[in-house]
Amino acid sequence: MAENDLNKPEIDMPAELRQQIAVTTLDRIYNWSRSNSLWPMMFGLACCAIEMICTAASRYDLSRFGMEVMRPSPRQADVMIVSGTVTKKMVPQIVRLYNQMSEPKYVIAMGACASGGGPFKEGYNVVPGVDKFIPVDVYVAGCPPTPQALLHGLITLQKKIEGEHIPNTRWYKKGEVEAIPVPILGPDLFDPRNSELINSETHKPLPVVETIVEGGETA
Amino acid sequence: MSEQTAIQPLYAKLMEKFPESVVMDERPGFGGIVVQSLNLVEVAQELRDNLGYDYLSSVTAADDFPEERLEVIYHLFKSVGGAPALLKVFLGRTEPVVPSLTPLYPGAELQEREVWDLYGIRFANHPDLRRILLWEGFDGFPLRKDWKEPLYEEDVKPYKSRWPEGKGERKELLNPYKDNVQYPREFDPSTWTGDVDQAMYKSLEISDDGNSRALKTDQLVVNLGPQHPSTHGAFRMAVVLEGETIVNLKPVVGYLHRNHEKIGERNTWLQNMPYTDRLDYLAPMSNNFGYAITVEKLMGITPPERAEYIRVMMAELTRIASHTMVTGFLLNDLGAYFTPALYALEERELILDIFEEVAGSRMMVNYFRFGGVARDVSPEVLKKIRHLVYNRLPRKIDELDKYIAQNEIVKVRCEGVGVLSADDAIAFSTTGPNLRASGVPYDVRRADPYSIYESLDFDVCTRDHGDVFDRYRVRIDEIRQSIRILKQVLERIPEGPIMAGKPQYLAKVPAGEAYGRVEGPRGELGFYVVSDGKPNPKRYHVRAPSFINLTSLAQMCKGAKVADAVTILGAVDIVLGEVDR
Repeated sequence: MAENDLNKPEIDMPAELRQQIAVTTLDRIYNWSRSNSLWPMMFGLACCAIEMICTAASRYDLSRFGMEVMRPSPRQADVMIVSGTVTKKMVPQIVRLYNQMSEPKYVIAMGACASGGGPFKEGYNVVPGVDKFIPVDVYVAGCPPTPQALLHGLITLQKKIEGEHIPNTRWYKKGEVEAIPVPILGPDLFDPRNSELINSETHKPLPVVETIVEGGETA
Repeated sequence: MSEQTAIQPLYAKLMEKFPESVVMDERPGFGGIVVQSLNLVEVAQELRDNLGYDYLSSVTAADDFPEERLEVIYHLFKSVGGAPALLKVFLGRTEPVVPSLTPLYPGAELQEREVWDLYGIRFANHPDLRRILLWEGFDGFPLRKDWKEPLYEEDVKPYKSRWPEGKGERKELLNPYKDNVQYPREFDPSTWTGDVDQAMYKSLEISDDGNSRALKTDQLVVNLGPQHPSTHGAFRMAVVLEGETIVNLKPVVGYLHRNHEKIGERNTWLQNMPYTDRLDYLAPMSNNFGYAITVEKLMGITPPERAEYIRVMMAELTRIASHTMVTGFLLNDLGAYFTPALYALEERELILDIFEEVAGSRMMVNYFRFGGVARDVSPEVLKKIRHLVYNRLPRKIDELDKYIAQNEIVKVRCEGVGVLSADDAIAFSTTGPNLRASGVPYDVRRADPYSIYESLDFDVCTRDHGDVFDRYRVRIDEIRQSIRILKQVLERIPEGPIMAGKPQYLAKVPAGEAYGRVEGPRGELGFYVVSDGKPNPKRYHVRAPSFINLTSLAQMCKGAKVADAVTILGAVDIVLGEVDR
């Protein structure tokens, strides 16, 4: 594994040292070690959570990929698997949990609901996709996705991590990464960033409707 | 309808006592006794104390829009079995108030809150009338027919934009916020100060009077959830503690409220079938079952014999899968993290394989149709089921039981914890294994038989102590009874058609109402549907067992230690998809 994944391919290494020494870049060793020990957050929302549990169980066995350490605390987790329908009542908590996760952090939207609302999109209490609020790295299709599909999603995330370059990555740049403002439950869910838009829409003058009363006069 | 004739003698008895205030619902297809709102409590008291209707199964409402009328609908049963007493109260649409039945039937508490939340019907004398699935401050009462959601297109499906041409217009792009939200006029976000939890904390009645105790202590509120590893999903318990002892507890639900009923009333009858899968997602087959038999009651069709056998077979396999999983997760809650659950999940996977083979999906099966099932079961699948039922499951269940029931720690943590007496269990409308663990032999498969259960030989499992350990033991006993049922089904399953008539996309459902119920793994799963003869249900209500089982959670937890609350919740066995719908 070391030879293929870790060693920089251009380096000409004597044959006798190949299994013992690896010459590589910082990016590569960093990504390699991180992508193989992703700790998902133990965080279930709906039906998809059951398939997530099945993925962690013996038959599909998440630990083959170094991901078996499900952490209930966001402080210790690297990847948030949003497994299920995101409702308006729950989304403030999800955003808060995301803000509490330490960086580097990734998000997988598992299933149709988390990706785009799914069968419940039209519902009045449903957020059509968790990406309205937090950045998503990998979307997994299915309702619910089979454990194989979730594993594929996690492997896709690993590949994405392996392509990262330290100077370009958001959380290694100077200054703090800003926390996402937590949405607020009012008469309906609102994002504090949209306050002005909402204010201007709700205070718009009502469109003047001309009704024709019998007799031809307008009222 | 047979239910209508069954209610006649009851009506005569009530007529004697309350000649002024009761009248039969005479609309064709409808039944039940319409009670004046003023006399509701007396009528209910008479029903409970003198006529034996001690079990309030379901409280819901319906909107007769465009008529100026709301209905509140009560389904009462006798805990010894039999047909329901169906009560209705008619109310006006502006400021409707009805007396609360919570003092008589504590099991009405959460259901009445739900009706208040979704219909805006106020219940006088309710101890804690707050919004339950939505939050305090939400604008409007969503299940009223004249309330429109932000992504509203048309009253009923199929929408013209999708069918038959499929223009594919995206509704949210027409919304000024480009999202699934709407705000009332004059709403100003910058001045919004609403605190959604304030009313809940107030209802907890925290006392800061520590002087009566030897050691002066303050009461402390701890929120377990909504993100907590023990809550089996997004569920929250607000617990008032005195030291480590629970003084009061309020379940806070709605974090997975996905608007089943509103969406269900826009859908066509058949479109609701896959939605029922997502109610209790650990037991999709029995949700299908409940919905199918309810609509079949209205349509007046019965499935062919082979379909009935397949249905029962799938429902019992679901029960085994669900009960094993719950048993595994109960151990998780006790702190035996994941290893026992792995044993349970192993068996569940084998059953899911069967579902995948017959229905095409592991979890969301969408397998039942009105008048039958979607696909036939092949001989290979039957062979697999036979292997499971005769060879593997009995052995594995005994093994699981041996590891758990003889474990000293499990016994100490579970015995005598979360006790619910038989009387309380009935009063709180508890159902399923929770009710039977308290010693009440009430099982819908026997109390109000449906499908072919009358011809099958099985026992209703009960235990006497009503504690966490007994709930576990009832579940294991039920798995054994399910295996017994499956053996009989496998022996007798006939050849033949699997659908009554041709499968049709638009089911023709005559006008009327029906309440159908099945014994799901979590208890009595009821569906109340009203049809007005159109392709869509006018009212579609799910009587969710795990939601109503939560009513007694506070009662079970009071006086226990905070660590026990987690165990008790695990044994109550809630599925959030069904609690919040």
